[in-house]
Amino acid sequence: MTVKLSKFGRVAIATTAMVAVPMMAGAETLRLLTWGGYAPEEVIAKFEEETGHTVEVTTSNNEEMIAKLRATNGGGFDLAQPSQDRITSAQEEFGIYKPIDMSRINADLFIPSMLSATAANTTFDGEVYGLPHVWGTSGLVVNTAMAQSVQDYTDLCDDAVAGKVSYRLKRPTLIGFAYSMGLDPFAAYGDSATYQGILDQVEAKLTECKANVKTYWDGGDEIKNLLRSGEVVASMAWDTGGWQLNADNPDITFVAPKSGALGWIDTFVLPARGRADDAAYDWINFVMQPEIAAMITNTAGNFTAAVNGDAEVNADLKARYQGSFDQQAIDNIKWYPPVPAGLEAMEGASLDRINAAN
Amino acid sequence: MRSDASRLGFYLLLAPILLWLVVLIILPHIGLFIVSISEKLGPREYETGFGNYTAFFSEPLYWRTFARTAIMSILATALTLVLGFPIAYYIAKLTRGRTKTVLFLMCMIPFWVSELVRTFGWMILLRETGVFSNLLQSLGLVSGPVEMLYNDAAIMVGLVYTSILFMVVPLVTTLDSLDDSLIEAGYDLGGTSTSIMREIVIPHAMPGIVSGCIVVFMLSLGNYLTPILLGGKDSLWFTGMIYTQFITRFNWELGSAFGFLLLGLSSLVVFLGLKLSGQTLSQTMGRS
Repeated sequence: MTVKLSKFGRVAIATTAMVAVPMMAGAETLRLLTWGGYAPEEVIAKFEEETGHTVEVTTSNNEEMIAKLRATNGGGFDLAQPSQDRITSAQEEFGIYKPIDMSRINADLFIPSMLSATAANTTFDGEVYGLPHVWGTSGLVVNTAMAQSVQDYTDLCDDAVAGKVSYRLKRPTLIGFAYSMGLDPFAAYGDSATYQGILDQVEAKLTECKANVKTYWDGGDEIKNLLRSGEVVASMAWDTGGWQLNADNPDITFVAPKSGALGWIDTFVLPARGRADDAAYDWINFVMQPEIAAMITNTAGNFTAAVNGDAEVNADLKARYQGSFDQQAIDNIKWYPPVPAGLEAMEGASLDRINAAN
Repeated sequence: MRSDASRLGFYLLLAPILLWLVVLIILPHIGLFIVSISEKLGPREYETGFGNYTAFFSEPLYWRTFARTAIMSILATALTLVLGFPIAYYIAKLTRGRTKTVLFLMCMIPFWVSELVRTFGWMILLRETGVFSNLLQSLGLVSGPVEMLYNDAAIMVGLVYTSILFMVVPLVTTLDSLDDSLIEAGYDLGGTSTSIMREIVIPHAMPGIVSGCIVVFMLSLGNYLTPILLGGKDSLWFTGMIYTQFITRFNWELGSAFGFLLLGLSSLVVFLGLKLSGQTLSQTMGRS
């Protein structure tokens, strides 16, 4: 028996070596442009050990990712992770991505509905450019002990929370407020006249609401500090931020707004002039394995599009997620459709005017 | 033959500065200018024209923000001068030897940490749950928490603090070069402290004052961190606007035009400042 086992062991080692050798020969450096928490140290170490590739991580956000890739015409990185709604317009305007070769992806690792939805949303000129990775929502982070009344975006303008409110002056705020005011901005994406009408109403509301705002936040740490210190009691923010704060102070948590949380999916895309496609595909197939996906969820705080990816996620995070989202709230999530090119200019003008208004 | 060799030496010495100027300053600016004169018509469709520049002047928000930034920077420069001059005078004229070195060092120590850390320091001091607010409450001077952050005064404090060293250093250098016997002679001839300051010290220190002011003005005008972190919801700053155009709006064309306008208008302010103070650039930069 022992002999048999050791024989089997030897065979296993030999096979691993045979598989590993060509892999090592094709070892590349993967320059990954991603969000903080999406590529934890332990995952990178495991990946490097298993494939022989090395990984260099640059953390960023949607706008900076696109700006960086635009500056180099899609060079400098081998894999990037913008949100799915920002892919087709960036491709149309700047041509910074290359299509995904679906035959190199292990599609069984992805939740089928998410894979097909992302593929549909990131198709440009008949080619698919994005694969789903991490998803989450933005909504309200509320100190429930001090701001019970805040249930929806427009509640941030209540007198009860005057001077103790914060949100970003960015597009999610416009869209959240529009939904909360009973409008449907996503349906108006294709029609710029209707969309301008919606923007005008939201602009008026946000200008009126400005007196309530303590400050417009920019970075995740800034809003967490404001909420933690009690200087701000209600804000628009990401779900993970709320859950992290909940770990420190049980009163603060993420609340899915009545009009619906805004759902985003961060994807994998290949920059047009990326040099290490093999490593990029290896990375995608590696991190979508259920146990690796769970490791990423535990550090990033958001769930992934991996099949069974939530099985090994720690129980606290699951409990917080279930506390914020009942089935109805999940069904009510408004998923960002692809942003048509040019829409951001209209939104930008509105945001500028809100910023300048007194 | 000898003149050839010396000419070669001259060009070799000139090469680094020429490379620096052409590769890092002139070429990027040419690129920026080309971007700034292309107007966007649609996806991947551009047309040459000055539309981005006219957009700056036709949209009140843009030029008002620029004017606000320039005025606040001038104010910050004036404040820095008022605060920096006594410090520099004390260090240069009233202290000797070791005390002088220690005082000079104390001015520099805050600059050994990055600007970001210094700005966060101010945020900790000024915020509602911060040091000053708590101190005032424990002294019984105020009844509730006071918010001192997120307004223009906070920006001003941050800007003055960030740039005061750049005012003190040129002032100390020029004041050092003023012979004490000239001041003594002034007193011997019956001058008062004010008249000596006005007739002897300030005229002598003028090149230092002007070069300090130019540096501080440029630093304030081009500052990004301090206004963004300390400023409130109405506190727009022109550099923040350039960042927004480039990064969040994907509008490099307008952003480049803004960059050029910032360059042109700040040069204009410096030029006017030199004219008003009767100094020339070569005089101020050459001496300090």
